Amino acid sequence: MNPALTQRFPGIRLGLIGGVSLVLLSLIGMVETFNQREIISDLISMGQTLLLLTAVFIAYLAAKRGREHGRAQVFGASITAGLIMAGMLTLLVLLGQAINMRQVFINASPVLFQILIFQQEELWAGIGLLLLAGALIGFSAALLCLLPHWLRRVITTGLCSVAGVGLLQDLIAPILSDWSLLADFTDLLFPGNGLSISGAVGLFIVVAALSALWSFRGQALQTRIKALPPQSRRGLNFAALLAGALVMLVLPQVLGLFLSEVMTIVGLYILLGLGLNIVVGFAGLLDLGYVAFFAIGSYTVAILTSPELGFFDWNFWQALPLAVLFGVLAGVILGVPVLKMRGDYLAIATLGFGEIIRIMVLSDFLRPWLGGAQGIGKIPKAAIGGFEFATPQEIYYLILAGCALVGFISWRLRDSRLGRAWMAVREDEDVAQAMGIELVATKLLAFATGAGFSALSGAIFATKLGSVYPHSFNVMISINILCVIIVGGMGSMPGVAVGAIALVGLPELLREFAEYRLLVYGAALMAMMLLRPEGLWPEATRQRELHEEEDAVRASKLAEGSAGPRS
Amino acid sequence: MLQRIRERLNPTDIVMWSIGGILLIMICWGSVATLVKGVYSTHHWIDFIIFGLAQGSVYALIAMGYTMVYGVLRMINFAHSEVFMSGPYTAYYFAAYFYRSGLLESHPVISMVLVFIISMATSTLIAYLLELIAYRPLRGAPRLVPLITAIGASFFLQYVFKGLYGSGFQAYPVVKALEGHLMVGPIRILKFQILVIVAAAILMVALYQFTQRTRLGKALRSVSEDKEASALMGIDVDRMISMTFMIGGAAAGAAGVLYAIMFKQVHFFMGFIPGIKAFTAAVLGGIGNIPGAMLGGIFLGLVESVGPSLFLDGLGIVAPYQLKDAIAFSLLVLVLIFRPTGILGERLAVKKA
Amino acid sequence: MKRNFALVVVLVLFVGLAVMTIAQAAPPKDPLGCVAIKKGQPIHIAYWMVVAGPDASLGIDTRRGIELAMADKGGKLLGYPIKLSGQDTACNAEGGQAAATKIASDPTVVAAVGSNCSSEARPGAPILWKAGISTVSPSNTAPYLTDPKRGKEYDGYLRTAHNDKIQGAVAAQFAIKKMGVKTAATIHDGSVYAEQLQAVFAEEFKKLGGTITAQEAVAPTDTDMRPVLTKIATGKPQFIYYPIFIAAAGHITRQAKEVAGLEKTYLMSADGSFSPDFYKAAGETAIGMFHSSPDFSAFAGGYKDFLAKHQKKYGEKPIAPFHAHGYDAAMMIFNAIEKTAVKDGDILYICRQKLRDALYATKGMKGLTGTITCNQYGDCADPRIAVYQQTADNIKKLVNPEVPFWKPY
Repeated sequence: MNPALTQRFPGIRLGLIGGVSLVLLSLIGMVETFNQREIISDLISMGQTLLLLTAVFIAYLAAKRGREHGRAQVFGASITAGLIMAGMLTLLVLLGQAINMRQVFINASPVLFQILIFQQEELWAGIGLLLLAGALIGFSAALLCLLPHWLRRVITTGLCSVAGVGLLQDLIAPILSDWSLLADFTDLLFPGNGLSISGAVGLFIVVAALSALWSFRGQALQTRIKALPPQSRRGLNFAALLAGALVMLVLPQVLGLFLSEVMTIVGLYILLGLGLNIVVGFAGLLDLGYVAFFAIGSYTVAILTSPELGFFDWNFWQALPLAVLFGVLAGVILGVPVLKMRGDYLAIATLGFGEIIRIMVLSDFLRPWLGGAQGIGKIPKAAIGGFEFATPQEIYYLILAGCALVGFISWRLRDSRLGRAWMAVREDEDVAQAMGIELVATKLLAFATGAGFSALSGAIFATKLGSVYPHSFNVMISINILCVIIVGGMGSMPGVAVGAIALVGLPELLREFAEYRLLVYGAALMAMMLLRPEGLWPEATRQRELHEEEDAVRASKLAEGSAGPRS
Repeated sequence: MLQRIRERLNPTDIVMWSIGGILLIMICWGSVATLVKGVYSTHHWIDFIIFGLAQGSVYALIAMGYTMVYGVLRMINFAHSEVFMSGPYTAYYFAAYFYRSGLLESHPVISMVLVFIISMATSTLIAYLLELIAYRPLRGAPRLVPLITAIGASFFLQYVFKGLYGSGFQAYPVVKALEGHLMVGPIRILKFQILVIVAAAILMVALYQFTQRTRLGKALRSVSEDKEASALMGIDVDRMISMTFMIGGAAAGAAGVLYAIMFKQVHFFMGFIPGIKAFTAAVLGGIGNIPGAMLGGIFLGLVESVGPSLFLDGLGIVAPYQLKDAIAFSLLVLVLIFRPTGILGERLAVKKA
Repeated sequence: MKRNFALVVVLVLFVGLAVMTIAQAAPPKDPLGCVAIKKGQPIHIAYWMVVAGPDASLGIDTRRGIELAMADKGGKLLGYPIKLSGQDTACNAEGGQAAATKIASDPTVVAAVGSNCSSEARPGAPILWKAGISTVSPSNTAPYLTDPKRGKEYDGYLRTAHNDKIQGAVAAQFAIKKMGVKTAATIHDGSVYAEQLQAVFAEEFKKLGGTITAQEAVAPTDTDMRPVLTKIATGKPQFIYYPIFIAAAGHITRQAKEVAGLEKTYLMSADGSFSPDFYKAAGETAIGMFHSSPDFSAFAGGYKDFLAKHQKKYGEKPIAPFHAHGYDAAMMIFNAIEKTAVKDGDILYICRQKLRDALYATKGMKGLTGTITCNQYGDCADPRIAVYQQTADNIKKLVNPEVPFWKPY
């Protein structure tokens, strides 16, 4: 592609990128699969929304790029992009008519092409419509780009929330209908498959109005809070904290069965994440075998409490301390041989340790003691007095208590002498040692603490599930937890919670995506890291460091002077 | 003398060495017990070794990609296993077409070369795009950030290919010329094993010579030595990094076809396990060290095929092959205890990775 | 001003709703409650299967069975459209639990199809039954799930897949009685399914007077099986039983011919790899080997029809072995709904306990996998398991053999 041409017409390059994305979305089957799901009944399906949102987004980018070349170019660029995208879909349709692509691309079905040409009988009429739609998308994206900032925000917020509610209908409808007063309101909003048209319009108006209100009044509110005297601001913070704690306590009662289940899963990952955060985030030791301690915790509880194996017949509370103890011991045992290793040698050695544990648990060799492939079942629920932690809503409290405990411990550890030693080791091992930090003990303590937390999480996991299987402890769990703490912001404790919600909670909510769940997950991981390398809720010092570097770079660029802001 | 030894010994070293010692003793004991029992004849052992060599050559080829990228960027390119998968999976459709049209039967060499080229081209393209989209914007970000985009890219690529080609298993067509076995003296070797071992060896030697002898190879090495200095010397660092990814991708694409010749199946998830094994091999040999990656790969392949019978059979452990990965990883830990930077040692400019 | 307007809108809505609530009629009585479906609303069936991750082909395959069953019903039951929603279970216990909880939290779900892996069903099925949802599994084979001692929490659980206990025993009888072998070796892949099947086989084989020379295991992701086969060859078994899935079974079948000493050994696998995809994976090396599978020769016509529809809709042959079980599971549910649903004006009532009882009462239903009759513990698969031999002809055409080689009954 001639660079001068793409400079002159910014729509072309973006249009081509967008076109490739749309063709890919169609060919991997997302469009057809999601076409059965309606966002708004009888009007627009999830598959169409997917194409539409992608196209509008790309066209909007093109329009924005075009604005740098003067106002006239806004329309030119975005309509060009829209037409190119539609054109590439047209090519796909024509190719699909000419040859049978299904031999290779199994999702290139006649149904897909029918969707792409708006179910038209006549091929050319459909293609005409497709191209028209492309031009219209470009036109509206350009309009959107020219709107004042606040209005654009109001409109996009409104549209996105309609799409979101339509997407999550299976989740929202049961919760709404739980409250008898709202039950019929639910029927009105979701008459069958998807939102009703009136419901969608109503929702859009309400959200847009709220958003408009916020964009006018929000600023004022924020400045008013900032203007408060420090004492009452502290009071406000405290009140917010208290309210937050109260909300956490009553949340499962409000949210219903499934969301409570999601919260328990997120909670387990927060427990795991807080543990790994000590090893990776505080002490800087890359551990890819973290699942091993989770497995040790689970299996300890299972062996000690399950009547199926018949060695012991303890209850959960008796087994719990032992599970944590074994976890800590395993942490030390793993820690010793790998202490001398640095960086990624450590990563691969720990990964190996995780696999060894899983394979041992699965093996026929240890089957009489560990249950082998058939796992261990009939693990009793935890109980206090007569109260049993059985349903997700009840187990939630068990996990909440665990999170509070572990959160408190790691918060105190972070600001302790040991915590500072960890961070010193993370920043520079040699200097830390020179400053008199005992490397061996410091690293071992990090491993042991992290392992203990993980084992605690594993213990709760075993009683929550009622049965343990070796397949639950594969290397993907370790990788997931690592993603949680990095996406959240390495070393940051609130970051762990945010990361777990984003990477564990959202995919659970999006079970709708079924076979495309992991695809979306992968794309989201990349996008999050590319947009926010420091994580969603970074540790304050770390963020400062990162930005210092950036500022330095910017300063040096400015000093060069001649370069100037070109892009 | 004794005083000095006592001073130098610290408790962790003792624990470390005793763990290593116990592992070693178990290995020796198991091996002796197996050999005394004499269930396996010499022929069996030779068979095991050849299986291991063939498997190990494939690991070694994939490991090249890991080790080269690691040398330049100091990052685990987690998505390399998907680069490995994309090539043979795409080339499958051409191989199947050649089979149907009879070209595979009449001109096996031409069609196999074509399949190789297609596979390598696809893998190279994917590796290039991967670097461009997922890694290049993150130069200078904290070390673990590119690791996460790599994991994300790995998922993304897996499921894109699953969406494109479906989630079933595809069976590579059988090349008639590669069926059957040859006798080398008393030793029976399957024909495709010879092809896999020889082709992998040629590719690896070629790659090694390329990095050592050619101008481009020298530029690559200088970038992995010191990016700033190479930039000052007039080397386009970004281009060289792209180049590294593409060479690694081509090697993975070739490894993929060899893998498909050996095991006849392709699947969207096929890259994951060989990927992890190959990275282990790279670490085993010493990260950033190309001969090390080769050695590590072959070592790992041999341990997997010989290990379970040799070490565990004699101890009377049931179903030892289930434990082969456990053996491989234990040996990895053992090697790293005695040589913390791999068998051949790492070749990284800045020692701290 | 805007705020006031929004308030008014909300108030008006609430008043309207309250009026509508009062106007509603009382539903029929059922100990577990009934689902009321208004005109135009769908009958909601949920699946919980593994549709993502490395085992995705299993779930996608069974889901297609359900979708084709829906298509055969014209997408409608008693004039109400069928809606199929689904949850991914990831083939592990925690995935099964989460998916089941999600389904259980949706009061519109009438019945469920799933799960795929037995480890998912163990924590999942009780959660569904607690919400009154019956579930029919197309591919769980672990004996525990339909054991008389399984406990009341599994009362809503049924399956169209074969209990390992029946299938493993048939294979052992076949080896001893028909083939007259004295020694056998087994291989499993660490999955709940294969491990159990080979254990049952070994037990029955020994009971009938045979000797097991080795019980080996591999990982489902393993590719190089030659070492393990070489090890098995040292015990000189006459028969190898490896009831595992397509990929690993394909590797074993191919490589068994390449290992010295196993050229004459009989090979046998189970329904986990009884599919055209396996013939692709194993190629000509599969000729002469045996598979145990339900005897569907009587219904082969129906199955052919099914295959044609499958090809038309998805552009490929079935990708895993349990699609027909999925079809039958869905059909069982549809039949039970048609039997028990009550129409009251425009509202269709489907009552949960009645539906469950109707499912358990399924008798003599002609399915794709045989005649489906449920026993009191929810085992519904046709107990007639036959043994098939692969011929050069069917391998070349990539179809399952039509006539059983041996029948135990």
